[in-house]
Amino acid sequence: QRDKEDESKEEHNCPRQNRASRRKTHQKKNGDGKKAEVKERDKKASTKDQKNSENKEKKTNKKGKEGENKQKKGRKNSTSSESSNSFDEESLSEEELAMLMEQVEQRKKLISAMRNKPWRMVKKLSVLREAQAFVEKFEGALGKGKGKKLYAYKMMMAKKWVKFKRDFDNFKTQCIPWEMKIKEVESHFGSSVASYFIFLRWMYGVNLVLFGLIFGLVIIPEVLMGMPYGSMPRKTVPRAEQATAMDFSVLWDFEGYIKYSALFYGYYNNQRTIGWLKYRLPMAYFMVGISVFGYSLMVVIRSMARNANESTADGDDDNFIFSWKMFTSWDYLIGNPETADNKFASITTSFKESIVDEQESNKDENIHLRRFLRVLANILIICCLCGSGYLIYFVVKRSQTFSKMQNVGWYERNEVEIVMSLLGMFCPPLFETIAALENYHPRIGLKWQLGRIFALFLGNLYTFLLALMDDVNEKLDEEDVVKNITRWMLLGHHNSSMGNSSADTPPSLDPADVPRGPCWETTVGIEFVRLTVSDILVTYVTILVGDFIRACFVRFVNYCWCWDLEAGFPSYAEFDISGNVLGLVFNQGMIWMGSFYAPGLVGINVLRLLTSMYFQCWAVMSSNVPHERVFKASKSNNFYMGLLLLILFLSLLPVAYTIMSLPPSFDCGPFSGKKRMYEVIQETIELDFPLFIAKIFSYVANPGLIIPAILLMVLAIYYLNAVSEAYQRANAELKKKMQMQREEDKNKRNNKTNNNSMMQDLEDLLAPSTKIEIYPKQAEGKKIESPDQVIPFGKQGKAEVLNGSPMSGGRRAVLIPPPHLLVTRPPTPGIWAPYSYADKPWPGAHPLGLVPGRGRGHPCY
Amino acid sequence: FFFFLLVYRLHGRYHEMAPNVVPMDYTKDPDVKLPMQLIINMPELKENPFKERIVESFSEDGEGSLSFNDFVDMFSVLSEMAPRELKAIYAFKIYDFNTDNFICKADLEKTLNKLTREELTAEEITLVCEKVIEEADMDGDGKLGFADFENMISKAPDFLRYCLKK
Repeated sequence: QRDKEDESKEEHNCPRQNRASRRKTHQKKNGDGKKAEVKERDKKASTKDQKNSENKEKKTNKKGKEGENKQKKGRKNSTSSESSNSFDEESLSEEELAMLMEQVEQRKKLISAMRNKPWRMVKKLSVLREAQAFVEKFEGALGKGKGKKLYAYKMMMAKKWVKFKRDFDNFKTQCIPWEMKIKEVESHFGSSVASYFIFLRWMYGVNLVLFGLIFGLVIIPEVLMGMPYGSMPRKTVPRAEQATAMDFSVLWDFEGYIKYSALFYGYYNNQRTIGWLKYRLPMAYFMVGISVFGYSLMVVIRSMARNANESTADGDDDNFIFSWKMFTSWDYLIGNPETADNKFASITTSFKESIVDEQESNKDENIHLRRFLRVLANILIICCLCGSGYLIYFVVKRSQTFSKMQNVGWYERNEVEIVMSLLGMFCPPLFETIAALENYHPRIGLKWQLGRIFALFLGNLYTFLLALMDDVNEKLDEEDVVKNITRWMLLGHHNSSMGNSSADTPPSLDPADVPRGPCWETTVGIEFVRLTVSDILVTYVTILVGDFIRACFVRFVNYCWCWDLEAGFPSYAEFDISGNVLGLVFNQGMIWMGSFYAPGLVGINVLRLLTSMYFQCWAVMSSNVPHERVFKASKSNNFYMGLLLLILFLSLLPVAYTIMSLPPSFDCGPFSGKKRMYEVIQETIELDFPLFIAKIFSYVANPGLIIPAILLMVLAIYYLNAVSEAYQRANAELKKKMQMQREEDKNKRNNKTNNNSMMQDLEDLLAPSTKIEIYPKQAEGKKIESPDQVIPFGKQGKAEVLNGSPMSGGRRAVLIPPPHLLVTRPPTPGIWAPYSYADKPWPGAHPLGLVPGRGRGHPCY
Repeated sequence: FFFFLLVYRLHGRYHEMAPNVVPMDYTKDPDVKLPMQLIINMPELKENPFKERIVESFSEDGEGSLSFNDFVDMFSVLSEMAPRELKAIYAFKIYDFNTDNFICKADLEKTLNKLTREELTAEEITLVCEKVIEEADMDGDGKLGFADFENMISKAPDFLRYCLKK
């Protein structure tokens, strides 16, 4: 053992010498990498000469001429000096030192990072020992430098920092709600199903904000500072209903006490300011109602824009999809069997997704037939849609005539609902079968499916709104009558009390006895809440029966059934992405429409989204099977967002209509007593703001100003659109160019196989571990060659640079120590060295080839 | 010093895997090797589909038994500090199942089967392998040399994060 080490020690003297001599010729940055190379060579051809020169060398080294390099080594040595107790620890320390060095170097970036590579590359034990001996030799030179502690401290901090960053990242991902759940679903069902859950989560976030807005600015102030329950007619259950107001069946219909609670519009008072804060509740109510829409619009559009940004930002690196999936998908940190299972599933799924994409892009069939089929399918579907649209229209018309008649049967009364639900039940599967004709990629197919069902459901929305408007008009008529009655009654009451005793204060009428108007706003609110709740129930029951019970049935009855249930007819359900997404979108539309009339609705929705997240995750994992063709969701779920935006717009219309053109109820809600709801703004401006602001406002509201502003906006949109189109075109052009360049590159390389065969041989002969080292070696050898040899090669080298692919050049350039000494053009040596080597008539066997090169390079021999 | 502790800990790990074989004192007899079976049962490697390959490519004799030096070597390469190029080299070795210094189709198929636990059909596997070769093979020889591999891997955004990290 000892002998061997000694030998290695001796071997290392030559490198020292070399270095010393080179340093004399102003080589400042002689890297460790070079040291290692030289060491390698020396090992291969160690001679007596080296041994002779050993003593001399030692002296020169200890004189401390070495400057910065030595400093560094000193640190290394000092660290190892503490450890020279047992052999293994030493060698390890060497190993560790190399690692340490690397850390310093990583911070010093490229140049230093290169140095260590050969060290690390040389994995053989003997070299390791050599290196260790090398260190041992210079152990005493710089025992305890100041740098040691600092260095250790730095190292410690770096390590801590890395650890902290990782912990922080973990913490951040843990803070994202349901991230793990969604990842789990994604790994088994593919990104398309996961996209639904991500959408659901996003929706939950938006609703949470809306809930905070409404709850914090409207409901809480009203509950805390408004007049208490029972103090006035609108906050009291009428006498006739009081007996049943707490019955569950009544409450379930959102009548009784719930109807006269802060959950609904009618509860709020029209007092201008409430409480000691002088909180302007009607104003706040109005503003919150507007800002719910404003915020939603903003958020939807912003996230659409961001998605679009992201999808264009990382769209260009799709050259190596499969390779990256193959080589980098395994996360080497996984140590937990469960996680590993998930990872396997997700890798498989992602492969399958990519395969589907690939197959789709490779498919080339009869294009005319396919086109014909697609047109046919679209015609069929348009027919279906028109038919169902007409059916809905017809049924609604009929129901309007029915509503005027008396004594209609159960079927006539519920005809619309029955037709609607039948359509909703049968049309989507029909569309799906028709869509099978089209043979689209499943991702595009999903979009079509979504769009078609969306169009169908619009009919649903239309009938619902129509029925509601009828209702409201009816209520408005009724209200006029009640208004008169109330006035008369109050007058009568006053008169009677006046008549009885003019001295006493009139005994006030009990709030429960005052006749009420129908308060159409609350009615609308109740309608929306009912709809939402029934929707929730239907969804959950469908999942429970359609998925879970079915899965249980298939699973357990399969043991005693005449055919295979799992593979045959009922089988397990697939997760219905389009249905779920549309359900979510339409539900959100209901919330947006209803939240103005029922501030509590958003709270219900938040609960719903929260439970459905857990429930659906569980249902998917427990009782669904992945789609037959797992497909990758589009990078941005902008299609969902687009649907959402459309629904938002559609739901904004009726609310805006009611605010702008229907009179609010006279005896309930924050706007009672005004002609229109928006008058609350005018009132606030007139009463609370200084005069000139009111003036400015009136100017701004002038149509003469608004129309030019709109025009300007339209022009701006046009301009921006044009600009973005131009950018897009440029982008596409660039992409095409890049692609072409890559192809060209490939072709060139193929043509140059002659040239490269030498390199190939070389690489064949070398083990991968030593392969790297040869490049720097050669580079170094060339460097020290005489300048006249450099120039011709340099010319050739330039040509090579132009032809060579960036990888070969880049890699070698990176591997080679920074050029110094005789080099005139800094970047080239790294590139021409290997090629020029290949051009030389030397045989591929490198040990032979190396000897002359080295001999020239090192005058010490 | 803390990296000493680290090495010490490593040695502890090495020792505890086979307490009767590995001596605590390394001054005399450094020629101890642990068979692969013991190494791949470490919790860090247990779930790794390429555990055999990892151990094999780090072992000096190519048989999969690791001396302590190999063991330390393995850990240092798999650690976060190791430079990208080094990782690429070892990753190449790991994926090169038949050690011919090329990743050929057979290697790719093996990799894929290990990654997906053989859940893909034969056609899918051939398709993927062909795609990989087509994507990454820059010199057109139908297999991936190290240059191809490194070119490909160095462009991967999360290679440093996910591949070969411990």
